[in-house]
Amino acid sequence: MAAVESSLPPGTPSAMRNAFGTVLSALILVLIGVLAFSIRLFSVIKYESVIHEFDPYFNYRVTQFLSKNGIYEFWNWFDDRTWYPLGRVIGGTVYPGLTLTAGTIWWVLNSINIPLSVETVCVFTAPVFSAFASWATYLLTKEVKGSGAGLAAAALLAMVPSYISRSVAGSYDNEAVAIFALIFTFYLYIKTLNTGSLFYATLNAIAYFYMVCSWGGYTFIINLIPMHVLLCIVTGRYSPRLYIAYAPLVVLGTLLAALVPVVGFNAVLTSEHFASFLVFIIIHVVALVYYIKGILTPKMFKVAVTLVVSIGLVVCLIVVAVLVALVASSPTGGWSGRSLSLLDPTYASKYIPIIASVSEHQPPTWPSYFMDINVLAFLVPAGIIACFSPLSDASSFVVLYIVMSVYFSGVMVRLMLVLAPAACIMSGIALSQAFDVFTGSIKYQLSSNSKDDAEDNTTTKNAPKDDAASGKTDKGEEVAKERSSKKGKKKEREPADKPSVKSKIVKKKALVLPLETSIVALLLLIMLGAFYVIHCVWAAAEAYSAPSIVLTSKSHDGLHVFDDFRESYAWLSHNTDVDDKVASWWDYGYQTTAMANRTVIVDNNTWNNTHIATVGTAMSSPEKAAWEIFNSLDVKYVLVVFGGVIGYPSDDINKFLWMVRIGGGVFPHIKEADYLRDGQYRIDSEATPTMLNCLMYKLCYYRFVETDGKGYDRVRRTEIGKKHFKLTHFEEVFTSHHWMVRIYKLKPQKNRIRGRAKKLKLKTSSGVSSKSAKKNPWM
Amino acid sequence: MAARIWIFFAVVAALFLSLPSSSSAQDLQIVNAERRIDLSSHIVKAFLTLKVENIGKDPAADMLLAFPPTQIKNLAMVQALAVTGKKKKKTYLPLDVKPTQQPDDAPNDAGYSLVSFATPLGPGETVTLEVLYILTHSLEPFPVEITQSESQLVYYRDSAVVLSPYRIKQQTTFFKTPSTRVESFTSVEPANRAGKEIKYGPYEDRAPYSYAPVIVHFENNSPFAVVEELVREIEISHWGSLQITENYRLTHGGARHKGVFSRVEYQSRRSISGSSSFNALLAVLPPRVNSVYYRDDIGNISTSHLRTGFKKSELEFEPRYPLFGGWRATFVIGYRVPLEDYLFEAPDGRRYLNFTFGCPLVETIVNKLTLKVVLPEGSKDPSAVLPFTVNQDLQVKYSYLDIVGRTVVVLQKDNVVPTHNVPFQVYYTFKPIYMLAEPLMLVSAFFFVFVASLAYVHIDLNIVKK
Repeated sequence: MAAVESSLPPGTPSAMRNAFGTVLSALILVLIGVLAFSIRLFSVIKYESVIHEFDPYFNYRVTQFLSKNGIYEFWNWFDDRTWYPLGRVIGGTVYPGLTLTAGTIWWVLNSINIPLSVETVCVFTAPVFSAFASWATYLLTKEVKGSGAGLAAAALLAMVPSYISRSVAGSYDNEAVAIFALIFTFYLYIKTLNTGSLFYATLNAIAYFYMVCSWGGYTFIINLIPMHVLLCIVTGRYSPRLYIAYAPLVVLGTLLAALVPVVGFNAVLTSEHFASFLVFIIIHVVALVYYIKGILTPKMFKVAVTLVVSIGLVVCLIVVAVLVALVASSPTGGWSGRSLSLLDPTYASKYIPIIASVSEHQPPTWPSYFMDINVLAFLVPAGIIACFSPLSDASSFVVLYIVMSVYFSGVMVRLMLVLAPAACIMSGIALSQAFDVFTGSIKYQLSSNSKDDAEDNTTTKNAPKDDAASGKTDKGEEVAKERSSKKGKKKEREPADKPSVKSKIVKKKALVLPLETSIVALLLLIMLGAFYVIHCVWAAAEAYSAPSIVLTSKSHDGLHVFDDFRESYAWLSHNTDVDDKVASWWDYGYQTTAMANRTVIVDNNTWNNTHIATVGTAMSSPEKAAWEIFNSLDVKYVLVVFGGVIGYPSDDINKFLWMVRIGGGVFPHIKEADYLRDGQYRIDSEATPTMLNCLMYKLCYYRFVETDGKGYDRVRRTEIGKKHFKLTHFEEVFTSHHWMVRIYKLKPQKNRIRGRAKKLKLKTSSGVSSKSAKKNPWM
Repeated sequence: MAARIWIFFAVVAALFLSLPSSSSAQDLQIVNAERRIDLSSHIVKAFLTLKVENIGKDPAADMLLAFPPTQIKNLAMVQALAVTGKKKKKTYLPLDVKPTQQPDDAPNDAGYSLVSFATPLGPGETVTLEVLYILTHSLEPFPVEITQSESQLVYYRDSAVVLSPYRIKQQTTFFKTPSTRVESFTSVEPANRAGKEIKYGPYEDRAPYSYAPVIVHFENNSPFAVVEELVREIEISHWGSLQITENYRLTHGGARHKGVFSRVEYQSRRSISGSSSFNALLAVLPPRVNSVYYRDDIGNISTSHLRTGFKKSELEFEPRYPLFGGWRATFVIGYRVPLEDYLFEAPDGRRYLNFTFGCPLVETIVNKLTLKVVLPEGSKDPSAVLPFTVNQDLQVKYSYLDIVGRTVVVLQKDNVVPTHNVPFQVYYTFKPIYMLAEPLMLVSAFFFVFVASLAYVHIDLNIVKK
C-alpha cells in the first residue's frame, strides 16, 4: 500500500501521503507484533505461566544454569545429573542460541532492576520472538513484492497455527527463536541480492550464525540458498549482486558456524554442507566466465570457453569423486540419521526405532495441513502464480523456498514449521495482489466518468500493485528510477518498452473487472480471511495451548485438574536423597532433572541408543532381571507413567512396544513377538506370559485391581490380564493422586541368612553364570 | 539418659533446699498452683494459675517463673495476667514478662522468666496470676518410625510438680491428651486418669525446686505441621497496595514414615491409613485480600479454596501430596491487600505500617521466621516496634527500576507459634514526591528515544552527497 521513499521532496501531497503511509504501516506492524504476542498467551491465561512439555524443561534448566554461573561455566558444563553414569557435556552438545538469548534478556532486565525470574523470561521468549518473526516476514515479503504484501504476510504469520503450536508462551524450544532467525536470514539474503551491498552480506552471515546457534534446521538455509544461487545461474540470472549475496555468506557463515561447539567441524565435514561448497565453486567459475567474457572479444571468448569447460569438467569430476569418496567412507554416508530420514522418509522407521518412536518425526496427514496452515494451503498456488508475474531473483527465491519446504513438511510433521513462513509469504503476496486488482477495478469503475483522474489516482496510490498487475506504468517507472540505486530488480525492468499513456489505458481496461464481481470477490476474500482468523484463534486457544504437564478435563461438575506429574516430581525433589538416581523411560528424563532435580539414566536427548536400550530391556524384563539391571546402574527409584485410572492415553503401557523394540535392537534376547499375541498388543487375559510378567506391566498394574475390584483399564478399555500379584524386588513408595505417576523403590539386596548360606551360595553361583550369559546384557 | 538427668536435678534441688536461700525467693510463697497442660496438638500449651502470697516484710515487685532446661529451649512464649475481682467480675491485667538470668541459688541450667507485678505486692498480700506458656517440639514420637497404617504415639516429659523457686503449699497438674488412648504414664501418687485427662496431685507443701519427672505416652494424630523456615516479605507500594509473599518450607515433624506409601490404601481406607498424615492446611489471611496465589518452584498448585470475609479471609489449601512423617514440601503464598487498611500516618508526620507478625497458618510451629518489610524507595529512618524481642536488621533491595534501592527492615525470630500473631509497627518517613520518580524516568526515557529517532531521521549522515 505504501511504497515509501523519503527521497521525495517534502511538502508535496505525495510526500505527505508517503509519510502517512509510513506511519500507518509502522502502526500496523506494531499491532501485528502485539497480535503475534498476545495470541500466544492463551496458555498463560487458561493454565498458568509455566514451561511446557519436555524439551523446554531442559532448555529452561540450561538457562537457569547460565544465569547462575555465567557464560564460561556454561560452555564447560558437564552435566552429571543425566545419562548416569556417562553424563553429558551440555556446553558442547546444545544449540546455545535460545539459551543465550533468554539469558541475555534476563541479564539486561536484571541489570536495570527489573527482577523478572528466569522462568518468566523463558516463558515469554517465544511470543516475543514470534512478534520479531512477523516483522522479519514483513521485511522479506516487502523485498519480494512490496509493503502491501509484506503487511499481509506479516499478519498471516503472526497467527499461523503451525507456528503457534511451537511458540505459545511456555513453549521454550529452539524453534521459538529459530523461525525468526530463519526468516531474517532469508530477508538479509534477498536484501543483499537486491542491493548488492556488502554490508547486508555481512549482516546475512551474522544472522546465519545466529540461526546456526539456534537450531539444527540451519541446514535448510545452507542448502536452500545454494539451490537458489544455482537456479539463478542456470536460468541466466547471474549478476555481481548474486555473487555478493552468496560468496561472503559461505565463507563467513561457515567460519562462524564452526565456532558453535555443537557444529564445529561438521560445518565442513558433513554432507549437509557440501551443496554450499559445490555451488561456491560453481559461482566462482561462472563469475570468472563472465569476467573473461567482458575482457575478451567474442571470438577469443569462444576459444576460452572450450578451454575452461574442459578443465572445469576435469576439476569438477575430481571434486565430485572426492566428495563421493568422503561420503561413502563414513558409516551413515556422512548424513546424520535425522537428515537421512528427510531424504528417504522410510529410513528412520526401518533402521532407527528411536527416531521413529517420536511422534513429531512421523509424516503428517492431510488434515494436519489444514489444521496447521488452514486457508493458506489454497492461497499458496495463487501466490506462486503472482511470483511469476514478473519473476525476479527475490520471487524465484520464495518460490523455491515454498517448493522445498512443502517437500520437507511432507516428510516430518515437525518441519511443517518451516513451511508455515513460506506459506504465509506466498499467501500474503496472493492476498495483496488480489486486493490490489479488486480495489483497483472498483476504484476505476467508480470514477470511470473522469478517466484521467482515476488513472492518476490508481497509479500514484497503487504504484507497486500496478506494476505487478499490468507490467509497467510510467509512475512505476518513475519510482523505479528514483530507487534505481537501491532496488536492482526494478533496474532490470527499466529498459523494457515505455508504452504511451493511451496504450496503458487500453491495457488497464483489459485488466479491470466488473464492479459487482470485484465487490463479491472482495467480500469472499474478507470472509476467507475471517475464517482464517477464527481458525487461528481457535487453534491457539484450544489445540495448542495445553502445557501437557498439567491436564484438565471438563465434565458436568466442573473442571478437573490432573497435576500428577508435578505432584510426583515435587515429591521426588523433597523426599528423596539429592544423589538418588531415578530410572524412567526417556520421555520423562528432562522433566525429572529439571523439576525433581534428580539424576536420571536416560533423557530426551537420545544420544546413546545403547543406554536407552538398557532401560528398555529392564522395563521389558521380568522383575528379578530388571532389578539386576537397575541395581547395576545404581538406580534407587523407578518411575512409570500409568493412565489406566483416568484414561490418559500416552502412558508407558502404550509406549511399551517401543521400549521392547529399542531394547531388542541392542539386546536380542528381548523379542517383540514374545509380547504380542497373534501380532496384537494386548494386556488382557489373552496377553502373553512374557507381557504379564515384565516389569512395566507389574509396576503399572500393581494393586490396580483394588481400585475398582476388577482392574478395568480405561485406556485399553479392557480388564487387565493378571490382577493379583506381589512385587518381590520393588516396593511402592509413591503414587500420585490420579495414579498417573507411580514411583517404586528398589528393595535392598537381602542379607544372607546363616543357615541357608550353602543353598544360597549354590544359587548365586548359578545366578552369576546365567547372568553373564544373558541377564546382564551390556557386560 | 534423660531420666538420669532428672534424678540429678532432683538431687541438686534437694541439696539447694538445705542451703540458706536468698531473701527474695523466700519472701514469696505460692499458696495454690493449678496447672493444665494441653497436649492435644503438637503445640503444648500450659495454663498455670498461681496464687502468690508475700510472706516477707518488704513489698515484692516481681516474681520468678522457672522452667526445666529441656523446656527452656522449646519455650516459645510466656504470658502472665494478674487477676483481680472474683468469679464473674474478674478482670485481667497483662503483666510484663521477660527472660532473666538464673538467680544464685538455682539449680543448673533451668530457665527463668521474671514477672513484674503491676503494683508491688505488699507484705501479707496475695495475688492471683494466670500464666500461659507454650512449648514447641516437646512431643517426642515413639516409635520413631511408623508405617502408613500405624497411628502416631508420642512421649511428653514434664514434672508432676511445678518447678518453682518458691515453696508451693498445694498444687495439682492436669494433662489433657487428644484421645483416650494413653499407652502409659508415670505414676506419682496421687495420680489417676479419667478419659482424656490425667491428674497429678494434689500435692501438699512442696519445697522450692521440687521436681518429679513424669512421662506420658499417648496417641497424637494431630497434624505436626512444622515450618522449618518462613520468609515473609511485605512490600509497601504507595500506589495503593501491600504485596505479601510468603515462602514456606514445610515438614511433617512427627514420627518418620517408614516403607511403603500405598495410594490405594490411602484413598480407600482414609480413617485408618495415614491417620498421622495431613494433606490440608488453613491459612488465615487479612480481610479484603486479593490476587492470592499459591505455587511452588515448578508452578501453580491447583488445590486451594479462598473464603473472604469481613473479619478475615481463609485460604484452605493442600500441598501437592499428603505429608507423612518426615516428608517435606515447599510452597509460596502471595497476596495483596489494600494499603489504606494497614498504613497510617502518625501524629508526628511519620508513616507507620501496622501489620500482623507471625505465621498465617493455623496450629503451626515456625522454626525460623524472617519478616522483611520493604519500604518504598526514598523512605528514611525506619524503626520497628514489637511487643517481644526479635533480631532486627536493615537491608537494601532493588526492585522495578530502582536506583538507590529500597530499605528493607528485616525482623527475625526463632520458634514462632500462633500466639505470636500480634500486630507490630514499622515507622518511617517518606516524601510523596518520590512516587513520581519512576514514572518520570520512564517518560523521559521514551522522550529521548523519540527525540533521538527524530534526529536520526532528519540528520544526513552520508559523507558523500548523493
